[in-house]
Amino acid sequence: MTHSGSSLPDLPNCTSTAAPMSEIRSPPPDRVLEIVLENVLHFLTCRRDRNAASLVCRSWCRAEALTRSDLFIGNCYAVSPHRATSRFRRVRSLTVKGKPRFADFDLLPLNWGAHFSPWGSALADAYPWLEKLHLKRMSLTDDDLNLIARSFPSFKELVLVCCEGFGIAGIAAVAANCRLLRVLDLVESVVEDADEDEEVMDWISCFPDGETHLESLVFECVECPVNFEALERLVARSPYLKKLRLNHYVSIPQLYRLMHRAPQLTHLGTGSFCASDDVAVGDQELDYSSAFAACKSLVCLSGFRDILPDYLPAIYPACANLTSLNLSYADVNADQLKPVILQCHKLQTLWVLDSICDEGLQAVAATCKDLRELRVFPGNTREEAEGPVSEVGLEVISQGCRKLQSILFFCQRMTNAAVIAMSKNCPDLVVFRLCIIGRYRPDPETHEPMDDGFGAIVMNCKKLTRLAVSGLLTDQAFRYIGMYGKLLRTLSVAFAGDSDQGLKYVLEGCPNLQKLEIRDSPFGDAALHSGLHHFYNMRFLWMSTCKLTRQGCQEIARALPHLALEVIDSQEDKADDHIEILYMYRSLDRPRNDAPKCVTILQ
Amino acid sequence: MEPSIYQSELNLEATELRLGLPGRTNNKRSSPEDRSMSISISKNSSVDSSGPSNATDHDDDDDDHQNSVQPAKVQVVGWPPVRSFRRNSMQQQKQKKDEHNNNNGDGSAMYVKVSMAGAPYLRKIDLNIYNSYSQLLNALQNLFKCSFGEYSEREGYNGSEYAPTYEDKDGDWMLVGDVPWDMFTCSCKRLRIVKGSEAKGLASL
Repeated sequence: MTHSGSSLPDLPNCTSTAAPMSEIRSPPPDRVLEIVLENVLHFLTCRRDRNAASLVCRSWCRAEALTRSDLFIGNCYAVSPHRATSRFRRVRSLTVKGKPRFADFDLLPLNWGAHFSPWGSALADAYPWLEKLHLKRMSLTDDDLNLIARSFPSFKELVLVCCEGFGIAGIAAVAANCRLLRVLDLVESVVEDADEDEEVMDWISCFPDGETHLESLVFECVECPVNFEALERLVARSPYLKKLRLNHYVSIPQLYRLMHRAPQLTHLGTGSFCASDDVAVGDQELDYSSAFAACKSLVCLSGFRDILPDYLPAIYPACANLTSLNLSYADVNADQLKPVILQCHKLQTLWVLDSICDEGLQAVAATCKDLRELRVFPGNTREEAEGPVSEVGLEVISQGCRKLQSILFFCQRMTNAAVIAMSKNCPDLVVFRLCIIGRYRPDPETHEPMDDGFGAIVMNCKKLTRLAVSGLLTDQAFRYIGMYGKLLRTLSVAFAGDSDQGLKYVLEGCPNLQKLEIRDSPFGDAALHSGLHHFYNMRFLWMSTCKLTRQGCQEIARALPHLALEVIDSQEDKADDHIEILYMYRSLDRPRNDAPKCVTILQ
Repeated sequence: MEPSIYQSELNLEATELRLGLPGRTNNKRSSPEDRSMSISISKNSSVDSSGPSNATDHDDDDDDHQNSVQPAKVQVVGWPPVRSFRRNSMQQQKQKKDEHNNNNGDGSAMYVKVSMAGAPYLRKIDLNIYNSYSQLLNALQNLFKCSFGEYSEREGYNGSEYAPTYEDKDGDWMLVGDVPWDMFTCSCKRLRIVKGSEAKGLASL
């Protein structure tokens, strides 16, 4: 079959002047199939399906590229903006992820990269019709936000997660210029505020007058006061607003007023959930529970940033309908939690602080039979012997919440028995992340390593795709992972393993591994070498404070030309040959030219 | 055998020498200052992945050493893996709670901007969460991935690549460590990490 040569197919039209009458309105035969294909491919939404379709043949690749409207770039350096925009010509929604996850824990130098600017200019040129932009761990400036605000007249959705480098001025530009804006979500991003000499910019007032299209406004991470009157007016003129997450400068009486203005809310981040400083508790108390009763559609509650536990009962009216509750900034104990949680029968997602203790977890297990996701965060991150939650809590959760799919659990002590129990009671687990805060800590009852516990998880949880390990672990744990973790895509390792063999087990055994992050573990060049067959299939590999040498990395770089190996070393003169950080990822384009001095990219 | 039980029976805390305002010591143990931002001090003074027997459970006496300016102790950056947004929020909360309970101290958080020569972005830190120069310097070194070396009264941070300086109430730029800690926290308006060579001038004042 012949294919048309141009990359941008035109609308069907007659090309031959000698064509018989009946063919004047039909496209040339080789174009028919492409048009049919494009129409069919429009229905493909899942990007993995699209990736597979694009590999069938050139014409499928072209057709798929033209019909992909949601583009996902998992690593901003894997492909240049130009290459991406040249291949995919009709993108309306773009997601770009930048820094590796360990950047969240201060392991990456400040100015490492993931700058949005080159993407910004490419997008402004290629996709004037762009509607949605989701960025995660990217570095973007106020100028970038200005560019976004002015380049895309149909812009509807901006979601920034764990981003930094911009300030209030940038947000204000988006608010002021994106008239069709539906979603403005700033999540765990660092927003630089203005100099002390200048006044804090009132970005809320920058939204245009009149009814807005806002459906979601999330600004919990914006660390400066907002103009409350302007916010109240904004909420009042946003009839479509369903998600509102406030920062901790909004007090509970202010929250009360907002809720009465927006009873249609489904997702609410409550701000500080305490009285502002100038009002003493008990003065003219409003009936806050009436606000929660008024918002009959609430399914997701979060915030509680400076909570006064006395106010917690106000949320009772909403509990029965809640599917998601985030109390992870609220220092509440078991007794304060119980009356709330005992009403939350429909809860599917719960994030809490370990202040609730094992007893609080017991209450969760007793009531939340539908729980899918649980995260228990540490109130105190010191490596102590005692902690408020333990294997007791984990076991009780595993018995009560059989449908559990995702767990993140910080604790100071954990036993193999409890982990094994969870592996058996919760077969649906997709994500298992256990962080025993004390490094190298063995099972406190048996004094054994935690190998068997994690072994049971990979063995019994057949749907597991994400795993984070901790505690005292030998190579045996990795042997289990390599043997049973066949669906594993993401693995996080810290302070674990005995020798190169540990990493070898994983690299040789886990065919679906895409993201591997390792810190402070004794894996060296030989171990890294054993993954050569697999590295092109991975999004990235991170190894810091391991036993890699520059030599070893150089060999990998030579063997695999499309791999970018970034060696990050903050000190120049070192006693030994070991490198500090290796961040390695596949890339279709030349190594980036925006790296700081401490980064060397091996080729 | 847990070393901690032994220590608590001896009540070492009561006989410890500390610098700092009276009344502050109560907060020290329970407060998050020494924990988050990665301060976990191992008896072996090295982040050593070579064996479980070297691991410590925890160290109650790590606090005594932090009251004087000292070169950075080895600490575990980014462990446990809790995002800084969360750590900062919890710190702020504990701060407020302590104020509420103790009714002492200067009250609100004291955020100052920190800039570094050559780094494109500012950071802000809350001076009130630190109790000593060594805690502050450790945090700065971690935040900016630089090292200050040892401080001496005569020579400042002589020989190190970077040095921390601050602008005081009068607008003068001083070397961090020149004045007693409490005087520093009262007068510091902002911090700047400069190249060692630039700091030489300040040290000789």
